[in-house]
Amino acid sequence: MSFPFAMAGVVAFVLIAVFAPWLAPHDPAAADLFRRLQPPFWLEGGDLSYPLGCDALGRDILSRLIFGARVSIFIGIVVVALATLIGVLAGLAAGYFGSWVDTVISGLVDILLGFPYLIFAIGLMAMMGPGIGNIVLVLAYKEWVIPSRVVRGETLAAREMDYVEAARSLGASSIFILLREILPNIITPVIVVATLRIAQVIILEASLSFLGLGVQPPTPSWGAMVADGRSFMLDAWWVSTFPGLAIMLLVLAINLAGQSLRHGFDPRSTT
Amino acid sequence: MILRRLLHLIPVLLGVTVITFLMMSATPGDPAEIMLAGQNASAEQVASLRRDMGLDQPAAVRFVHFIGHALEGDFGQSLFQRRPVASVIGERLPATIELSVAALLIALLVAVPLGVLAGVYRHGVVDRLATIGSLLGVSMPGFWFGILLLILFAVRLRWLPVSGEIDFSAMPPRVTGFLLIDAMLAGRWRSFVDTLRHLVLPAITLALPMAAVLTAVVRASMQDVLRRPFVSFARAKGVPEWRVLVRHALRNAMLPVVSVAALETGSLLGGNMIVETVFGWPGLGRLVVESIFQRNYPLVQAAVLLYAVTYVLINLAADLLYMALNPRVRP
Repeated sequence: MSFPFAMAGVVAFVLIAVFAPWLAPHDPAAADLFRRLQPPFWLEGGDLSYPLGCDALGRDILSRLIFGARVSIFIGIVVVALATLIGVLAGLAAGYFGSWVDTVISGLVDILLGFPYLIFAIGLMAMMGPGIGNIVLVLAYKEWVIPSRVVRGETLAAREMDYVEAARSLGASSIFILLREILPNIITPVIVVATLRIAQVIILEASLSFLGLGVQPPTPSWGAMVADGRSFMLDAWWVSTFPGLAIMLLVLAINLAGQSLRHGFDPRSTT
Repeated sequence: MILRRLLHLIPVLLGVTVITFLMMSATPGDPAEIMLAGQNASAEQVASLRRDMGLDQPAAVRFVHFIGHALEGDFGQSLFQRRPVASVIGERLPATIELSVAALLIALLVAVPLGVLAGVYRHGVVDRLATIGSLLGVSMPGFWFGILLLILFAVRLRWLPVSGEIDFSAMPPRVTGFLLIDAMLAGRWRSFVDTLRHLVLPAITLALPMAAVLTAVVRASMQDVLRRPFVSFARAKGVPEWRVLVRHALRNAMLPVVSVAALETGSLLGGNMIVETVFGWPGLGRLVVESIFQRNYPLVQAAVLLYAVTYVLINLAADLLYMALNPRVRP
């Protein structure tokens, strides 16, 4: 029921990200020290042409939020797409071939699961240095474990099904069975998990950028914007508050959409 | 069974160690140069410091050294504090444990009653609130939630302190390093309350994602259990409703909670770094973040390893607990 709303929210964020240069009222990097920490328009000293106020360098917060959507959405989608691709292949191989293939892949999965996610990401970002490309790689290194576990479990079950046996007795190759017979039958949970994971990846990217290990200035990133505002908590609450709100709304919309997807695909679920 | 799980730990821990070591030794930036930066050190001085710290050895040699010493509980010298890593970490550990345990307790105290109520009164007011609340909880970045709490309760209302673990003047004599325990041992009520006041906001921030996930799990699990035949049977037998809920339903509903809670300690351990940074909490998480920027390899290595080992052990303990609670999976 909430699906249309959630989807509308997600689409709105994506459109904002795509059309950022046309939507943003100001240049997100244009500093104006006369507008340093200018409050949002409804407070005294605010100005409707800078509706959400300005940060410590006098840059328009709304414009930075609009451009920041690009970073969050780009990283969320690319990381999860990459991880899903790797995870599906690894999971299919581990589940279908078993024996040493499964031992190697599952061993690697177990090792990676031994790291709390954020700690792994922080450690690796320290090694690779900040930057968008490195964030994508670092998060994908660990993220693929999640789809791979889902796919492995489903493949183990599917392997014993009659339709697989039938294909095998007709002389189909393993590759054919995996990609044309098994994959289409197990793809639904993978899509649901991927949708929900985008939300978590966006939060992880924001956390890394908050710690100063992620997206570097001058590229506007919501996590880094929250961090910038920390020093001005006392007299300029808006600098930290709005970017955090943006993260929450985007993640909320994705989570809602993902949950509705799950319930839609799974007739057994009741709520 | 238990033995097999323990044996399985060895390759996992070894793998975790190798990856941690690779991460740290491939990190750009030379600690010797960073330590001497701005002191006009000559190239020879830098080289001699590097030799002093064993950094001139090849990575493989350093790794073997590291493992050998780690097994004896020796993690080398912290490059900045110039003291054994184990003692630097040991100093910071109590603050982090105190914070994490407080967060865990808050998460359980919120999630279990809320989830049970939401599960029992399906589609009721509590159920709706719990569902919305847990969705908001998983969607909110922890660092932002912490800053909001700070702006509201510390800056605007001035009810609670902005940062730190305790007021310097209220510091009790160090016995265990756990301030709440030390304050009690010293019989200092003021120190105890002051520590609690510092603890509230970071603990709530750290607890939020875990509470959100656990509420959803308890709710779903409770709804599931209440549909089972043994619950109908207990009711038909005339067992009072509260007893049905507590003895029959809740006990079974807690099974998945155990596993999920253990997995979620991962968010607690990672969240430590963020929350301690936001609230200036003098624990291990903040130490690790600082050490990363200082290229203090030995310390980061030991800490990441400690986090990973803790996480793996907690999940092992949860599996064992699960077996103890659920006779069906007992070997």
